[in-house]
Amino acid sequence: MKRFWKLLLRNPGGLIGSIILLIAIAVALFGPMIFPNSPWRMVQRPFLPPFTISGLPLGTDALGRDVFAGIIYGARVSLLVGLVSTLAALAVGIPVGALAGYFGGRIGDALMRFTEFFQTVPSFALAIVLVAIMQPSIVSIVLAIAIVSWPPVARLVRGEVLSLRTREYVQAAIVTGQTHSWIIWREILPNALSPVIVLASLMVATAILLESSLSFLGLGDPNLMSWGYMVGAGRTVIRQAWWITVFPGIAILVSVLALNLIGEGLNDALNPRLNKDGR
Amino acid sequence: MLGFIAQRIMKAIVVLLAIVVLNFFLIRLAPGDPAVVMAGEAGASDQLFVAQLREKFGLDQPLPVQLYRYVKGIATLDLGFSFRQQAPVSQLILERLPATLLLTGTAFAISLLSGVLFGTLAARRAGSWADTAITIMALIFYATPLFWVALMAILLFSVAMDWLPSFGYETVGANYTGFAHVLDVGAHLILPAMTIGLFFMATYTRMTRASMLEVKRLDFVKTARAKGLRDAVIQRRHVLRNALLPVVTLAGLQAGTLVGGAVLTETVFAWPGIGRLMYEALLQRDYNLLLGVFVVCSAMVLAFNLITDLIYRSVDPRIEVAA
Repeated sequence: MKRFWKLLLRNPGGLIGSIILLIAIAVALFGPMIFPNSPWRMVQRPFLPPFTISGLPLGTDALGRDVFAGIIYGARVSLLVGLVSTLAALAVGIPVGALAGYFGGRIGDALMRFTEFFQTVPSFALAIVLVAIMQPSIVSIVLAIAIVSWPPVARLVRGEVLSLRTREYVQAAIVTGQTHSWIIWREILPNALSPVIVLASLMVATAILLESSLSFLGLGDPNLMSWGYMVGAGRTVIRQAWWITVFPGIAILVSVLALNLIGEGLNDALNPRLNKDGR
Repeated sequence: MLGFIAQRIMKAIVVLLAIVVLNFFLIRLAPGDPAVVMAGEAGASDQLFVAQLREKFGLDQPLPVQLYRYVKGIATLDLGFSFRQQAPVSQLILERLPATLLLTGTAFAISLLSGVLFGTLAARRAGSWADTAITIMALIFYATPLFWVALMAILLFSVAMDWLPSFGYETVGANYTGFAHVLDVGAHLILPAMTIGLFFMATYTRMTRASMLEVKRLDFVKTARAKGLRDAVIQRRHVLRNALLPVVTLAGLQAGTLVGGAVLTETVFAWPGIGRLMYEALLQRDYNLLLGVFVVCSAMVLAFNLITDLIYRSVDPRIEVAA
């Protein structure tokens, strides 16, 4: 484990990504304590440009709300949705992939057809439809993102399980009469973990982009300030007040970039065979 | 080959049927009794009208009968009626479809060409400053939310520099004809197409670069080099041709993402396509229209996947027909 962190942090991209992510997590956890201004409250006149009044570094939006406070509170929503929806997608994708790979045959075929079906359906359009029908809330957003993002996990896990189940130690476990679930959980899945971790870090990034896109279209949780909502709200007044859309967008860009860098760093650290040259 | 095509088409039809069935149940999950909602949308909600609607749309029938009627309706291109817009859903979608095809087609062509070009450049000079610059650029565009790129493009090219129009399909009231009309639409197309194109360009650049670096290490490239072939020939005939296979697969799989990009971009640029129509349906909670657009988008993605499958088959003859 220690060696693994060393490898990740030796990769320059992975190091930068990890630092940015740590800052974002700190902002999400402690920001609201240090910065108690509610992001919904009017604090100054509307359309206050940034860097004009101390205490309001990024100015105010069309309703006189603090843009900086919005970004701090928005970090919570983005990171939380990204993390929880990825965990939910893993909770569906790993069992489906493991069962399909381990048992194969008809069950495996049926599970993979099911997976392919969800992979074919345009994911963002499906997410829009699901959130619109379930009504926008943090739960419906997380569910919708999880529903559209589990298929790659299932496919990846299936592939790993397919190649691992022919290994000698798995065959040995079968011969000694271990139960299927014991073999899958204790023998196979722990060895299939590293590519899943790489995929999961990239999925958190995609989930953050999806959440911000949904919020941008007005499908965010109406009780929670989020970056996508801020960009969406500032869109109509972009000619008068550029800062309302520019800063939350940068926040999304930087967090997604950090997660992608971590994903690539993890990939290099966990699959040292690949990407040896030119990187 | 014909058997292969027929098999793929059959498979696509089965998936489409499954999507239609999913859609049917999603409509039933939408909040409120559909008849009451429809009556409300039509502006009258007395009991008699609700009962009439229920009968007219077969909502008093058992669920399997409703499902059968729904599937039959879609097979004859009847996607229901939008009470908000007072028009059949299929007509609304058909009116908007050409604009979306123009936008996504242009964006797709730009991104694939430039992505393969940049990816090849980066891979050929792996480790150079050009490679680093291209890799960083691709990383950034890959992480940028589409809707924000769209807004920044408007801010830069329409507000600050006043070079390009920021919304719509053509200049309203100008009534250009002939070539002037083409130029006008083209000017309106640049920003939205570039917005979608940048994200996909980043994807294809990364993919092409990684794939070329991987192919470069393979034995047949060494053989080609040992035979004394010129570097340009090796790169083009041996490396690029093989490296493009995964890129083609990816391009096919990303048709769905392209639809998502169209929804966001058309919303920002007021581009009159089906993405924008989906947003309008969303704002008005017009579920019939929303799900109609969803079915059509899914069908388009399926068709696109089918076409890539066939292209892939012609690029790589090794592909097994039975799969």
